[in-house]
Amino acid sequence: MKTRKRSNAPIFWGLFGAGGMMAALFGPVMVFITGIAVPLGLLLPADTMSYPKMLAFAQSFIGKGFIFVAVFLFIWHAGHRIFHSLHEVGIHGGLVAKLSTYGLAAIVTVISGVALLGIGF
Amino acid sequence: MSKRRPYVRSMDGWWKKNPFYVEYMIHEGTALFIVAYSIVLTFGLVRLAQGEVAWNGWLEAMKSPLSIIFHLVLLVAIAYHAFTWFKLFPLTTPPVVINGKKLESGLIVRSGWTATIVATVVSFVIVWGIAA
Repeated sequence: MKTRKRSNAPIFWGLFGAGGMMAALFGPVMVFITGIAVPLGLLLPADTMSYPKMLAFAQSFIGKGFIFVAVFLFIWHAGHRIFHSLHEVGIHGGLVAKLSTYGLAAIVTVISGVALLGIGF
Repeated sequence: MSKRRPYVRSMDGWWKKNPFYVEYMIHEGTALFIVAYSIVLTFGLVRLAQGEVAWNGWLEAMKSPLSIIFHLVLLVAIAYHAFTWFKLFPLTTPPVVINGKKLESGLIVRSGWTATIVATVVSFVIVWGIAA
């Protein structure tokens, strides 16, 4: 009997869709809070991202889960989109294209996962 | 090696010739900014795992003028991603049929944008609630 190899494309398209949705819903507010409001002391309490508060958030189940899902889905969404858009600038797939998109996504996933485990529970 | 050298038209700047393609390249390009933000957050996680001194260093780095400007650019790019993500929704999702009528595409787009506004306000209030 001939076994057919299943395509792995739906996994990557699924991550692209989920990540695109995550970035569309939460991306702007996350950038605003972490990159603008907290550093400039706008609108939010001055110690919003202080070490004890951030540690407690990253150690809680919900906080850890949210951070990981956001970082993980963002990078797989963007990696997949860039991999496909490379055709538009004349790079048609290949190992280098895969390593610099999906490879980067895999590295970021591992580093963020290890850091979040290191932060503890 | 074949002696045949067929003419292959150059791809250089093809997308600059039509505003529709320019917009396409810009909305696809938002992915570069999402990569950048994901990496910024990953750096933050590593610094947080390394302890208080490392974390405070990351917080200080986020206060530099260069970082603020960079995050303003990220905010514009990722907000544009949100805008176009839902704008293209009628093309990227299967048609929704209710009572034999196809759901109006404008309604799908507006629901998406509303969802982003709701998610933004709710997230901000939750963060404010945790911090206060």
